[in-house]
Amino acid sequence: MTAILEARGVTRSFGPIEVLHGVDFSLVPGEIHALIGENGAGKSTMMKILGGYLAPTTGALMLDGKQVSFADQRAAEAAGILMIHQEFNLALQLTVEENLFLGREKRRGPFLDGRAMREEARTLLARLDCHVDPRRRIQDLSVPNRQMVEIARALGRQARVLIMDEPTAVLTGRETDVLLEQIERLKAQGTAILYTSHKLDEIARIADRVTVLRDGTHITTRPAEGFTEHAMAEAMVGRELSDLFPAKAKPGADVVLEVEGLTVPGYVRDASFTLRRGEVLGFAGLVGAGRTELMEGIVGLRPAQGTVRVNGTPLKPGSVRAAREAGLVYLTEDRKDKGLLLGKALTENLTLLALDTFGGVFIDPQAEDQALDQAIEEFDIRVKDRKLLAGSLSGGNQQKLLMAKTMLAKPQIVIIDEPTRGIDIGTKQQIYEFIAALAAQGKSVIVVSSELPEVIGLSSRVCVMGRGHIAAELSGAEITEDAILRRAMGVSETTGEPA
Amino acid sequence: MTDTTVESDATPRRGALRLQTIGPVLALIALIILGASLNSNFLGYANVTNVLARSAFIGIIAIGMTFVITGGGIDLSVGSMAAFVAGVMIMTMNALIPVLGIGVPLVAAGMAVALLTGLAAGLLNGVLIAKVGIEAFIVTLGAMGVYRSLTTWLADGGTLSLNFDARSFYRPVYYDGLLGVPWPIIVFAVVAIVGEIAMRKTAYGRHCAALGANEQVARYSAVRVDAVRMSTYVLLGGLVGLATIMYVPRLGSASGSTGTLWELEAIAAVIIGGTVLKGGFGRVWGTVIGVLILSLIDNILNLASIVSPYLNGTIQGVIVILAVVLQRQGKSAD
Repeated sequence: MTAILEARGVTRSFGPIEVLHGVDFSLVPGEIHALIGENGAGKSTMMKILGGYLAPTTGALMLDGKQVSFADQRAAEAAGILMIHQEFNLALQLTVEENLFLGREKRRGPFLDGRAMREEARTLLARLDCHVDPRRRIQDLSVPNRQMVEIARALGRQARVLIMDEPTAVLTGRETDVLLEQIERLKAQGTAILYTSHKLDEIARIADRVTVLRDGTHITTRPAEGFTEHAMAEAMVGRELSDLFPAKAKPGADVVLEVEGLTVPGYVRDASFTLRRGEVLGFAGLVGAGRTELMEGIVGLRPAQGTVRVNGTPLKPGSVRAAREAGLVYLTEDRKDKGLLLGKALTENLTLLALDTFGGVFIDPQAEDQALDQAIEEFDIRVKDRKLLAGSLSGGNQQKLLMAKTMLAKPQIVIIDEPTRGIDIGTKQQIYEFIAALAAQGKSVIVVSSELPEVIGLSSRVCVMGRGHIAAELSGAEITEDAILRRAMGVSETTGEPA
Repeated sequence: MTDTTVESDATPRRGALRLQTIGPVLALIALIILGASLNSNFLGYANVTNVLARSAFIGIIAIGMTFVITGGGIDLSVGSMAAFVAGVMIMTMNALIPVLGIGVPLVAAGMAVALLTGLAAGLLNGVLIAKVGIEAFIVTLGAMGVYRSLTTWLADGGTLSLNFDARSFYRPVYYDGLLGVPWPIIVFAVVAIVGEIAMRKTAYGRHCAALGANEQVARYSAVRVDAVRMSTYVLLGGLVGLATIMYVPRLGSASGSTGTLWELEAIAAVIIGGTVLKGGFGRVWGTVIGVLILSLIDNILNLASIVSPYLNGTIQGVIVILAVVLQRQGKSAD
């Protein structure tokens, strides 16, 4: 079958730097073509070129066999090419149907034709098996439902080509399943789909063809069948990958953190657990189980009742600063909105948490510079220019910067929420090593993660949360995906009945 | 996310930033040259001290405003707050004359009352904004009306005048100075220097910028966001008090129309100086330049008869908009 959309020998330069070197890529109707690569490999640039957001510097774009150049993304949209961004392009205050028809509202005379729009919105959502009332506001929807609205919006615009930038990055396992089913359905209807994800198991599951990019170069395009996840990872990284997870350190005996009967109103009730020196404690559970809220309650970012003791001393509630001074820090899952000041330079981000250790009355800029040198070295933050803004770093480098920032506060206990969200496999491995190294140094780490292999691979003990309370605590050989999932969903082992 | 995409875009942007930074300075130099070529008295001692001393009120307030705006806030109440502080100060001083007589204690008491009133008014704004959580625009818009009306009420619709002898005694605070430099200019300079250092070199300034750039990130980074936010309004209130202390001896009176539009002039000066209106970045020295630009325009229009001084507001308004356009152009590079 001939390609709908094809890129031939596409290069793209930003100023003097070429980031794509002659990449070929094609999309055939009714196929899912996965584009994979590490952060910074050029995936986003490639997608933006195909979606009309960027023009190629050299090389050609072919639409239905004819050379085209899109003036902008609207021109690409008019040709049936739609890109779904990682950060949604939805107006939060508007309703589902208003979003679906934004910019192409149906009218009757000078007035909006509300009934026709609602009707069509329903049809579109029904096609996706998504039962959301079109009159609800986007801000009241869950993330997966927003994703569905975003896809419905693309469908409503008669998309022939759908470009999906890591659509499952923020979804849980079950939500991912639903989404992948919808994608399969779109494929069956003849839509050509470009799919990116860092989760290689998804790629193996749904892709027909896989293209690997590394450092802006096209490495290979192969049928997905027979392309193992391990082989994909190695093609992305360009070297052989050893074990993803480092060896687990043996935790010490003394308890450094005791949480007793902690209740975060509306999210968590009566959570109790302990953490020992040098231990990596995993927190698993479905999205919405209250893991993040529990951690935020512990460090004082949310109002909470109950006691938190660090080294036996009760922590002043409601004060992030007191927690930090006690050696307890929390690394947020939301690095873009809560972790880093994207519009500020690296140093300002790096030292913000531990700013009072940099000089007395006046901030010591030299000490800050040294700290950045050290962070770049220690955490392998790859930057071309130290004066860059934090927002211009790739996700992996942002995460490393966030870790460096947190570690500057010299914590004894580190809570890391989703340590590798949206991060490529090479960087993931590095972050796992940092976490293991922290534990080996005698610090204690709590890892909250929705990726089960991560929780299992890192932790010596796992707390499973379900619906706002700690449903189970597993250790040693008990820690299996199956056991965690069953506990998280509230299914008891023996009877299979809801607990 | 492809890091390379944005990284390479950062270079032209920084070039544009540099133009943004230097733009107001160039404008100020151009105004000075223009003024000097239009009127030979422009650079004379009398005119220079006059312009600077009159800029001092707005200037002192604008420096406080720089911190508020950098922290992501706004304060519309400063003009009427100044009128209210002046009214309270004058009434207190008049009332204290039988007790303290005319002299230093009376003036000191008046100054203390002015400062405390300013701080209290700022604290009230700050508590409502940071603790109660009402939007700054709403709180200070309300406060603007309240103080304006309270002043008019205190003055019973007319003017509150400082006792004649007290006024004569107090006058030197505006008209005299040190080595020929009037006090308001000295105070303005000190406030500007301290403000600049606080903004750039201390954790407080960094925290204000972090708060304005992204409150959540600041909160997660153990910054006491409520305290910092509140403190910016208290600081501004205190500076309004300080400005009023300099202002009252100039005319010795206050009325419902004292300090009209000062809030807008202060905000305009802050924006012209390169501070970002939605917060996250503040430049105190830029604010000083902004204040000087605004007062020089006024001064030149009054000295030269080419353009009617009535058009002062028009020109100032155009300049504010131009300054923001300049800021925007720096951003459109990415």
